[in-house]
Amino acid sequence: MTIESAIALAPAERAVNLIGADLTEKSLKLHLEGLPGVDAVGLEQRAAALGTRSIKTTSKAWALDTIVKLIDLTTLEGADTPGKVRSLAAKAVLPDASDASTPQVAAVCVYGDMVPYAAEALGSSWSNGSDNGINVAAVATAFPSGRSSLPIKIMDTKEAVANGADEIDMVIDRGAFLSGKYGVVFDQIVAVKEACRRENGTYAHLKVILETGELNTYDNVRRASWLAILAGGDFIKTSTGKVAPAATLPVTLLMLEVVRDWHLLTGEKIGVKPAGGIRSSKDAIKYLVTVAETVGEEWLQPHLFRFGASSLLNDVLMQRQKLTTGHYSGPDYVTID
Amino acid sequence: MTRLTVPKTYKLYIGGKFPRSESGRTYEVATKKGAFLANAALASRKDARDAVVAARAAFSGWSGATGYNRGQVLYRIAELLEGRREQFIDELMATESLSKSAATAQLDTAIDAWVWYAGWADKYVQVAGNGNPVSGPYFNLSTPEPSGVIAIVAPQDSSSLLGLVSVIAPALVSGNTVVVVAHQNAPLSAISLSEVLATSDVPGGVVNILTGSPAEIAPWLASHADVNGLDLAGAEQLEWVDLQIAAADTLKRVLGPVVGVPAPSVERIVQWTETKTVWHTKSLI
Repeated sequence: MTIESAIALAPAERAVNLIGADLTEKSLKLHLEGLPGVDAVGLEQRAAALGTRSIKTTSKAWALDTIVKLIDLTTLEGADTPGKVRSLAAKAVLPDASDASTPQVAAVCVYGDMVPYAAEALGSSWSNGSDNGINVAAVATAFPSGRSSLPIKIMDTKEAVANGADEIDMVIDRGAFLSGKYGVVFDQIVAVKEACRRENGTYAHLKVILETGELNTYDNVRRASWLAILAGGDFIKTSTGKVAPAATLPVTLLMLEVVRDWHLLTGEKIGVKPAGGIRSSKDAIKYLVTVAETVGEEWLQPHLFRFGASSLLNDVLMQRQKLTTGHYSGPDYVTID
Repeated sequence: MTRLTVPKTYKLYIGGKFPRSESGRTYEVATKKGAFLANAALASRKDARDAVVAARAAFSGWSGATGYNRGQVLYRIAELLEGRREQFIDELMATESLSKSAATAQLDTAIDAWVWYAGWADKYVQVAGNGNPVSGPYFNLSTPEPSGVIAIVAPQDSSSLLGLVSVIAPALVSGNTVVVVAHQNAPLSAISLSEVLATSDVPGGVVNILTGSPAEIAPWLASHADVNGLDLAGAEQLEWVDLQIAAADTLKRVLGPVVGVPAPSVERIVQWTETKTVWHTKSLI
C-alpha cells in the first residue's frame, strides 16, 4: 500500500487548490476519510420533514412548470431504436400537444450511439453547445456498470462528444471506490473530464453518477460526492436508474449539502441530478423544496439541478392538465413512451 | 366481569387495501332513529382520484381473465356472503331499521342477484355479440369488450346492500373495474362487502368502495378523464343533469338515476361494454 499511496494523481485544479500541490492517493484518502460522518437519523428526519410541505394552487403551477424545465427526458434501454429516440425528442420539444404553454425539458438523455438521432430530431430546438435550447446528454464510460478499462471509457466519451453530446453522464468505478482505491476513481474522472473537451476547446458538461444504491452508506455517498467534485465534475448524479434503490430524498439532500459546503468554501456552483425512481409530481415537488431549503432557490435552474426521469413527465403533464381544466386527466391524454 | 367493547373502524376500500380518507375526515353513521352506530371515513376527491388510479391499474388483469374465470371468482363472493349472513343481517337491521325477516330477504336477494350475474360472465358475449352477414368472402364478427373504469353512485334510497350489488356486479361481469360511492347513510354493509372482496379471489383494485357524500365525490368522478362509464343509479337527489354534461366532455357511457334498486338485467351488463367488429377472410373455406 505504501508504494501505491506514493503515486501522484492527475493535477485536477480543484483538488490541487484544496489539498495542495503534492496531490497523491494518500493525501486524497486522508482528506476524504477525514470528512465528518453523516448523522443518518438526522438526515432522514430532515428529508422527511422537507417532504411534508404542502404546495398548492399558484405555487403548485409554478412548481410543475419548473419540474418540466428541469427534466432530463431519458431513455436508456437495450431496445432503444432511432425511432424511439425521435419520438422522445419530439416530446422534449413539445411535451403536451394540447397545451403549447408547456415549457420544454432541459435535455434528452440517451446512449452515446443515439446522440446523432437525438440531435437531428431536436432540429432547431437543439442547443448545440449554446445556452439556449434542449441539450443532448449521453451516458458514457461503460454505463451502467462502469466495468471496462480506462481507454475504452475515454473512447466512449470522446465518441459521444464528437457526435454532438452537450453533456456526458459518466459512472464511477464503484468496485474501485468500495475497495478504497479513491485515486483510481479520481484519475478516471479527471481523464473523462479531459475527454469531454471539444475541438474548439470548450467542454461538454460532465455529470458524475455515484450510483448511491451501491455505495451502501451515507458516509460513502458524502466521500464520493467530494471526490467527484474535486476531480472536476460539473454535476453529481445519484444513480443510473438501473439499480434499486435509485434516487432517494435523504441521499439527494446529502449531496446537496456537499454542494452547499463546496459553494461556501470556493464560491463555485456544482449541479445535482437525482435520477431514477422519481415518478410522481408529488415526489418531484419534495425535491424542489429540498433544493430551495438546502442550497437556495438559485439552484432551481437547468444548469444546476436536473431530474433524470422518463415517466415523471407524464405525471406532471396530467397534473398541469388538472390545473388548467379543473378536472382530473388520465393516461389517454399524454403520450405512451 | 364486563368486557371492553371493541368498536369497528370502518375505512375505505381502495386498491385492495383499507386506507383512511386522505383528508382524515370521518362522519357518524346512525340508525334511522338517530342512535350512534359507527364512524365511517368521509372520502374526498383525492380518495376518488386514487381509487380511479387503482381501478385503471387493475383493469388489464381483470379484463384479461377468461369469462369463465371471472364467473368463478364472482361466484365465490356469493359463497363468502353466505358465510357472513349474520353480520350482514345485523348491519342491515341496524342501519336501515329493518326487521330480521326483511333484512334476511334483502341479503338473499342480493346473493341471488350476485349469482345470477356471475353466471353471465362466460355467456353474455354469445348474447351481445354477433356474426354479421356481409356480401363478400369474409367472416364479420362483432364482440362486446369491457369499457374500462366505471364510476358508480350506488342507490341511496333503501336496500343499501342489494342496491350496491345490483350496480357493481353487472359492471364487473364483462371485466370492467369499478369505483363506487356507497349508500351515504347506511354504508356499513358496503364496507363489510369490501372485506368479503378483500378475502376473495378478486384482485385488488377491481372494486374500490368509497364512503361519504355522493354530492361531493360524484362531480369529480363524472369529469375524470380516465373514467370510461358513469352509473348514476343513486344520483336522483344530485344535480345529475350536470353530472351527465360533465361526463359528456370525455364521451363516457352514462346510465341515469333509478328509482329504488335496478332489477337484474343483461342490458346493464352490455351497457358497460363496447362492440368491436373484425373482418376476417374466409381463405380456408
